[in-house]
Amino acid sequence: MRSLISERVSCRSSVLGARWMSSWWRNVEPAAKDPILGVTEAFLADPSPDKVNVGVGAYRDDNGKPVVLECVREAERRIAGTANMEYLPMGGSVKMVEETLKLAYGDNSEFIKDKRIAAVQSLSGTGACRLFADFQNRFHPDSQIYIPVPTWSNHHNIWRDAHVTQRTFHYYHPGTKGLDFAALMDDIKNAPNGSFFLLHACAHNPTGVDPSEEQWKEISYQIKAKGHFPFFDMAYQGFASGDPERDAKAIRIFLKDGHLLGLAQSYAKNMGLYGQRVGCLSVLCEDEKQAVAVKSQLQQLARPMYSNPPVHGALIVSTILGDAELKKLWLKEVQGMADRIIGMRTALRENLEKLGSPLSWKHITNQIGMFCYSGLTPEQVDRLTDEYHIYMTRNGRISMAGVTTGNVGYLANAIHEVTKSA
Amino acid sequence: MHEKLKGKVKLGSTTNSTAGFIKTKSFGRVSMVAAVNVSRFEGVTMAPPDPILGVSEAFKADTDEKKLNLGVGAYEPKSYSLMCLMLLRRLAENLMLERGENKEYLPIEGLAAFNKVTAELLFGADNSVLKEQRVATVQGLSGTGSLRLAAALIERYFPGAKVLISSPTWEFPWSEYRYYDPKTVGLDFEGMIADIKAPGGSFILLHGCAHNPTGIDPTPEQWEKIADVIQEKNHIPFFDVAYQGFASGSLDNDASSVRLFATRGMELLVAQIGAMNVVCSSSDLAARCCEVAVIQVKSQLKRLARPMYSNPPVHGARIVANVVGNPALFDEWKAEMEMMAGRIKNVRQKLFDSLSAKDKSGKDWSFILRQIGMFSFTGLNKAQSDNMTNKWHVYMTKDGRISLAGLSLAKCEYLADAIIDSYHNVS
Repeated sequence: MRSLISERVSCRSSVLGARWMSSWWRNVEPAAKDPILGVTEAFLADPSPDKVNVGVGAYRDDNGKPVVLECVREAERRIAGTANMEYLPMGGSVKMVEETLKLAYGDNSEFIKDKRIAAVQSLSGTGACRLFADFQNRFHPDSQIYIPVPTWSNHHNIWRDAHVTQRTFHYYHPGTKGLDFAALMDDIKNAPNGSFFLLHACAHNPTGVDPSEEQWKEISYQIKAKGHFPFFDMAYQGFASGDPERDAKAIRIFLKDGHLLGLAQSYAKNMGLYGQRVGCLSVLCEDEKQAVAVKSQLQQLARPMYSNPPVHGALIVSTILGDAELKKLWLKEVQGMADRIIGMRTALRENLEKLGSPLSWKHITNQIGMFCYSGLTPEQVDRLTDEYHIYMTRNGRISMAGVTTGNVGYLANAIHEVTKSA
Repeated sequence: MHEKLKGKVKLGSTTNSTAGFIKTKSFGRVSMVAAVNVSRFEGVTMAPPDPILGVSEAFKADTDEKKLNLGVGAYEPKSYSLMCLMLLRRLAENLMLERGENKEYLPIEGLAAFNKVTAELLFGADNSVLKEQRVATVQGLSGTGSLRLAAALIERYFPGAKVLISSPTWEFPWSEYRYYDPKTVGLDFEGMIADIKAPGGSFILLHGCAHNPTGIDPTPEQWEKIADVIQEKNHIPFFDVAYQGFASGSLDNDASSVRLFATRGMELLVAQIGAMNVVCSSSDLAARCCEVAVIQVKSQLKRLARPMYSNPPVHGARIVANVVGNPALFDEWKAEMEMMAGRIKNVRQKLFDSLSAKDKSGKDWSFILRQIGMFSFTGLNKAQSDNMTNKWHVYMTKDGRISLAGLSLAKCEYLADAIIDSYHNVS
């Protein structure tokens, strides 16, 4: 029976000829390379022994090696082979979410006590932003999201794929290499009432430029006055100053001012859990009933994306944050990472100044967090890559995490060379 | 003097009102009163509980000691086999600890070692589609995530296309083709063939093995006929393979439907647990096109994944790669799978025996033996399923589906009583 069928098929195929053989995917064009992840690919392919990767924002130690935190290793030793792998609830690990909210909202937050926060475990920061964007699209389909210029490029992809209209607001001032505060405030004022604003809670990516505490207060006031919705992306809590409490300052200001905010948190950087994809999305609601409803809707959006989130990374987080000793160790390690970066900022700036650069490099130490917006032009960046095998994104963003005592001199020299006649 | 006013002011029902603020300006600084704003999301209503995952939540809340969870498709917690799987996993995790592997981001398409072994498991390592590099494979967020990537790809590149799904299937509200015949509690093959002769150029969603929720799979001869029709109508087959190895106990047997289609040179989409595969066509003329198509399709899958989650989780992928890549662990895993599938067959047999012995009506319960995989479609309707839960504390989905993985041999008689009661005494 089967051979008869096969014969019929081969006859038929010759009759139909090329028609049914034609590929369905001919009209699929190659997607543009992701600007950030593409840099690492190019770096890996480069055989030069001098090559330096200051592209992707993943922490490196002073030897340029990826780091797995000691607290994480210990947590894994405790977990290995013990826990089962059953599906988490759609909202993720309850324990992990609880600990995560405490980090952002405060250990003794009244909002946590009053159960006013709708929160779900998310696929790191990306997943949290995407879940919120989908939620925004479902319940406020006519709304728009205001995104700072510049921002992490994937923010644009996220809200676009969620079919939410995007606008931008001024943020970075190229002249001062600092915050364009006046234009930012104007944009908040001029946006239609009830717009959604995307804010980086600390260690702005890619510029490293954060508002001061006073500026945050004014931003909070103006956003409130316009009835805008503040959505915070906090991917670097602890990584900016070294102190997670301090890095949550903007959020605490907004909470104090009564905003019902939304928040994306990630453990990719501050716990080094990059590939585990662990994060949290939370939305502060008016009361517990509303929080329950919002959470149920967030879960319903997650279901057709991935059903329920991955368990392993969440287990690591809850093991660490739920144990006083491990948590203490973590805080120490986060401080250590931030301190190394701050040290590298100082070293890079000093090196450039010693080389007699005609330009000001103050911004290197003014900016904060993993990234430095160098002010280099795309052409200068290309020269750095082509002539010096230094890899960074073409917007001139340097990932300070990739700078080491071993390469800071080389980096400074190269930057000096391509900018000295600028 | 800097004066700060504090206090909570509840605004009225408008969301955009600027009332309720008092500001004082002093030395250029602005301070404000704390006020509770009205939420932008106050109109958000409660979402209905998920029909499948909601069952587990209801089960957890039940205090009756006789309760049985036959809802979600996950393996029975106290079983010996699950413990063996856990041992396997511990071996793999210890391997990883020893190696001190880092936790860096995976590339968007996932762990290369994982993608390689998972495609080989599906197609067979010697399959020409792999040798000729005609498969674009991207790691996905388990089965759901892989399906979602495919759905997003279809939406973007075939915006008008239909997707035909068996009726019933796993939770998607698209066009249906007949599949389940309640009269025979088996496959409505004629109906299925008639329905997939629909207008050409559609995507036909097929379950590679162990159909969820019915447990009813086409025979090999029926698969050939299905492939004929799909080729004739220039449809594209879209396989969901969630249970490879779990259905018959043999990884190769369970992949035979997919391999049949691949051998014919057909273009396929295949969602596995953890990976999305796109197979491009094989004619010599199209060979060059095909290599390019694979690269381009993969780049678009990545482009869709990036704003969903950036890159997939590493841990599970490493476990899989370590297990499949280590001959001793791989053999152990295959043995475990056979044992798990064997256990389910035993449970089916015990349930069938119990039903046949206890039910005096002469009803033919043998469909339980003919169905395959984790699930059985009992033929119970919603009211009968509710009776199972409310009277017997047996948790299942409302479409009459039970998960046999959650059933131990010891509970089969109790379950048989429950089914007989619900079937005969409730309408």
